[in-house]
Amino acid sequence: MKLTITDSDRCIGCQCCMFACARRQASTGLSKACIEVRSVGGMERGFIIIVCRDCDNHPCTLVCPTNAIKTSKNPGVVIDMTKCNGCGHCTKACIIGAIFWDAEVNKPMICNHCGYCVRYCPHGVLKIVKHPEFSNNVV
Amino acid sequence: MLYSDTISNVLYIDLSTKHFWIKQRADVFEKYLGGTGAATALLSEECPKGVTPFSPDNPIILSVGPLTALFPLASKTVAMFKSPHTENLGESHCGGRSAVAIRMAGYGAIVIKGASDTPVYLAIHGDKIYFRDAATLWGIQNSFTVGRIIRENEPGAGFRTIMRIGGAGEKLVPYACVTTETYRHFGRLGLGAVFGSKKLKAIVISGKRSLTVADKNQYRLVYDEIFESSTSSPIMKKYHDLGTAGNVMPLNSIGALPTRNLNEQRFDAASNISGETITEQYLGRRLACSHCPVGCIHIAALREQYLDQPYFYKTSMISYDYEPIFAIGSMLGIGEAAAFFKLMERIEIYGLDVMSTGVVLAWATEAFKRGLISEKETRGLGFDWGGSAFYMDAVKYIVEQPNEFYKHLAQGVEKVSSVYGGKDFALSFGGNEMSGYNTGPAAYAGILVGARHSHLDNAGYSVDQKNIDGNYVKSEDVATTLIEEERWRQILSSLVVCFFARAIYTPDLVSRALKSIGFNYSPADLILLGHTIHAEKYKYKIREGFDLDKLRLPKRILEINTPSGQLHEQYIRDVIKNYKNQIGS
Repeated sequence: MKLTITDSDRCIGCQCCMFACARRQASTGLSKACIEVRSVGGMERGFIIIVCRDCDNHPCTLVCPTNAIKTSKNPGVVIDMTKCNGCGHCTKACIIGAIFWDAEVNKPMICNHCGYCVRYCPHGVLKIVKHPEFSNNVV
Repeated sequence: MLYSDTISNVLYIDLSTKHFWIKQRADVFEKYLGGTGAATALLSEECPKGVTPFSPDNPIILSVGPLTALFPLASKTVAMFKSPHTENLGESHCGGRSAVAIRMAGYGAIVIKGASDTPVYLAIHGDKIYFRDAATLWGIQNSFTVGRIIRENEPGAGFRTIMRIGGAGEKLVPYACVTTETYRHFGRLGLGAVFGSKKLKAIVISGKRSLTVADKNQYRLVYDEIFESSTSSPIMKKYHDLGTAGNVMPLNSIGALPTRNLNEQRFDAASNISGETITEQYLGRRLACSHCPVGCIHIAALREQYLDQPYFYKTSMISYDYEPIFAIGSMLGIGEAAAFFKLMERIEIYGLDVMSTGVVLAWATEAFKRGLISEKETRGLGFDWGGSAFYMDAVKYIVEQPNEFYKHLAQGVEKVSSVYGGKDFALSFGGNEMSGYNTGPAAYAGILVGARHSHLDNAGYSVDQKNIDGNYVKSEDVATTLIEEERWRQILSSLVVCFFARAIYTPDLVSRALKSIGFNYSPADLILLGHTIHAEKYKYKIREGFDLDKLRLPKRILEINTPSGQLHEQYIRDVIKNYKNQIGS
């Protein structure tokens, strides 16, 4: 299963996906969200949705000095928090900004493509697709 | 539960001394929940009796509620201040990202005191508070531009609100608004002018945090119940489909659409500016407030050609709702959607409350046509119904105030009609310009007695529409209905739940939602608390000189028909008298 963005122009900017992501992790509010919605320089121009797109070669895994980030057998990557030293190189390697930062523990947070947020996107912006249908939609 | 929740943190900011401090006010939030309840308590504490609205001693209170950022649709911020427009209670509600940003920054309320000697804007990023020099921003008339500049200069994209004023607020027009996120407003009663009087050009607020809940399972269940009702049930349909603009045709057909300064109650060109027509021809995008899946914000795309060059166009994105369509559409006889949007954009740029501005221009048009004012006063503008070009200039003059007449016009219809006459058709109620519901006696009585003089205080228009078949309703029953509705709405606005979600947030559901996050209030407790908050608010109003016996009733509403029939002054006075008896003031 992989999370994709079908059409960011359908996004109304409600950010319910962000709150859902936090709830999925038994949290509330916004600090644990691994997906972000923000305007494209003002709401009149619409929104961008920033989330791990499971790119090829996962640059975040390549720059990790402790091998804490590894390609997952599901789409995306997994982080071994016991190995992660919080250097933050991964956040720079991901040029779309999809590696978020957990300021409470000083470590990265990355979407694991669970698809929980899709249930809270009432406008069909987010979609979960099965393996054969994987597309490389640009967020 | 409050011990672990940041809701009871109140951020105090003194603009005079450029000083800030944070105080735990569990006492306030335990007693009043938040929002309007907490703001009323904080205003009563901070606002000296009889203060002039532009004095540095007039505080601005911004508050949110415990459900904010935890549940959908609890995303309004309540602002309280002494209103320069009514010189009494100022209360205005705004959505956008404002409430979630305040809550995520770690506060339940922000109290802004004093006044700066030089222009400033405030940057509140969590617990980091900055007084930024705003010399470069002061004098920028266009509220959109102010937002764009701050957007480039501050962090927190996606997690912030940018509240700002345009030229109207700087110029202290008492119906200037504060605009957030380009399209949402603290619209009514002049918060923009209070910002201006403090030399406060803008406030940017951002934050990210986690909150605590008491019962995670219960929390998720209640969350899903609310989410489901707001997305799948028909309750919210009218708000997301056509939006409030969908009211134009139904109100027009029953003869409740105020037209040409309420000389008429039906607009011949209503279908040109209806929700249906605008959706079909102009709707360019829909937007939502933070944590609201409904997305009632409708934005039109207006394509215009520049006349000085061929093949040169611009597309403007302009928000609309029912109230602006009434105020600067039917009320001014403007029955062409493009003309309506251009005027709307001009009003948005300056940061004026569109409802008051429309009613003010409607008064000016009638006064001009009756000869109370001439081109000498209007600086050559020949006001006439539907004359959108004149209205564009008039809006500019309201802000720039180039002569005595526009200085008076900028004060609203109550004051300008005291100077030039025309009181009988000066359509303000409790000092605030009317809203778009000529439905009957309950609508007018409701905005007269409502604590904010807003149609949303107690929804009198809805009471009228239920009795439209001509059933005689006793004035005391109307008063009771209005009071009960207004009291319950104190709870919704203390939780900062959007009034559009009132059918979802019933007393039972509110009680369960609060319980899941650790606040124990039974439905009966909540109803009682609504009563208390309403009484506290009225206490402030009476302290500042409000008197239900001295309310002015514009004659115009008695001259025109309504769907409930011809109105009688005595009946409306009886509703007011009964309201007064029932609230015991």
